[in-house]
Amino acid sequence: MSESNDTHEIQKEIRTYLLVFGALLVGTVLTVMASLIDVGAAWNMTIGLVIACTKGFLVAGYFMHLMSEKTTIYAILAFTVFFFLGMMLLTVAADSDVPAV
Amino acid sequence: MEIPHTVKPRPDTGLYNSKIGIWLFLASEVMLFGALFSTYILLRVGAPEGTWPKPGTMLNIPIGTINTCVLIMSSVTVVLAWASLKLNQFKRFKLFQAGTILLALTFLVIKSFEYNDKFTHYEVIKKDGTVINGHLVSQDSKHVVLEGAILPVKGEHKLGDHPNQQPAHQHDHEHDHEGGGDKAGQNAQGGESTHGETGQQAHGSESGHAESGGGHHQEFEIARSEIKDMDNYGPWFNTYLAIYFTLTGLHALHVFGGAVVIGYLWGPGSKMWHTEPERFTNRIEISGLFWHFVDLVWIFLFPVLYLL
Repeated sequence: MSESNDTHEIQKEIRTYLLVFGALLVGTVLTVMASLIDVGAAWNMTIGLVIACTKGFLVAGYFMHLMSEKTTIYAILAFTVFFFLGMMLLTVAADSDVPAV
Repeated sequence: MEIPHTVKPRPDTGLYNSKIGIWLFLASEVMLFGALFSTYILLRVGAPEGTWPKPGTMLNIPIGTINTCVLIMSSVTVVLAWASLKLNQFKRFKLFQAGTILLALTFLVIKSFEYNDKFTHYEVIKKDGTVINGHLVSQDSKHVVLEGAILPVKGEHKLGDHPNQQPAHQHDHEHDHEGGGDKAGQNAQGGESTHGETGQQAHGSESGHAESGGGHHQEFEIARSEIKDMDNYGPWFNTYLAIYFTLTGLHALHVFGGAVVIGYLWGPGSKMWHTEPERFTNRIEISGLFWHFVDLVWIFLFPVLYLL
């Protein structure tokens, strides 16, 4: 890639970063506002986590460049996702494991 | 001997080595925080009905929101600093990274104010059963002075119980009901004098103003001989505060560590730019990846601890 092409690419990326920045701020305001409206604990929880996941996706995808990363990184993260989900599922499994009183 | 693949990608992975390194490290970090998040879930699901604090009763939501924005902004300055190096603009890099360091310090200062607010927040159970909850004004060997309100409790009360109990006369709000059916009328034990005035300040969820209340708090001078039990809102106070301090404390350590590394690469470490610019740019990318991860963790901590 030529030097000027590279510069152009980076400048385009900078615009993306600023858009993501705006989206993250909006997400923060939304998540606070949503938490103040009582739609039942389960829904509040779901909405809060969906917004958090979206924000997390934006940070990981754009700031951490995961949208365009090499396969090796994806391979590492596949393991992480697997074990992370496993750990979270354990909490679900534990939920039904109630000791008899 | 030269360290291999600090700039040139390794043929088999297609990446310079430190990038693999940081991602392996971040993978282990995901598991570390993941374990604590699942701990949080188990503690919360397992907490007896009505004992988990309602949003806004423990922490100040506006302060948490500001801190979230501070951290997001710092993530942007980090990525812009890296982009500046890619564009060969070293001065702009310096400027953006200085911003990052200042934002990191701002985050830590705000966090320490929040911590301080917890450590000076006391609950006192008097021998006559009255429970007074408020911030420490002063104390000596004979007296403890708290600025706060009397909690309307019924029956046996232990420190850390019923975090959702509102001070007397909190006007009705749908959030306040659970476990609070014993509101009005329970204050008799609190004594007439305090009855009317403790109403407005409420550690209420509607204002989101959990601490450092709005001027209506009343001062209570309590003789030590009347006190049955007292403790502050440290991690020992209840389950919520235990996991709150664990999660945010570990996160704050990460913020501190990240700021040290970014500070080094901003100061003495930045000399490398003049000798090995590409390698230096990669270092900034790596420290940036760590920083974004720290931001990412906070993006989940904020709703989980402050809002939900």
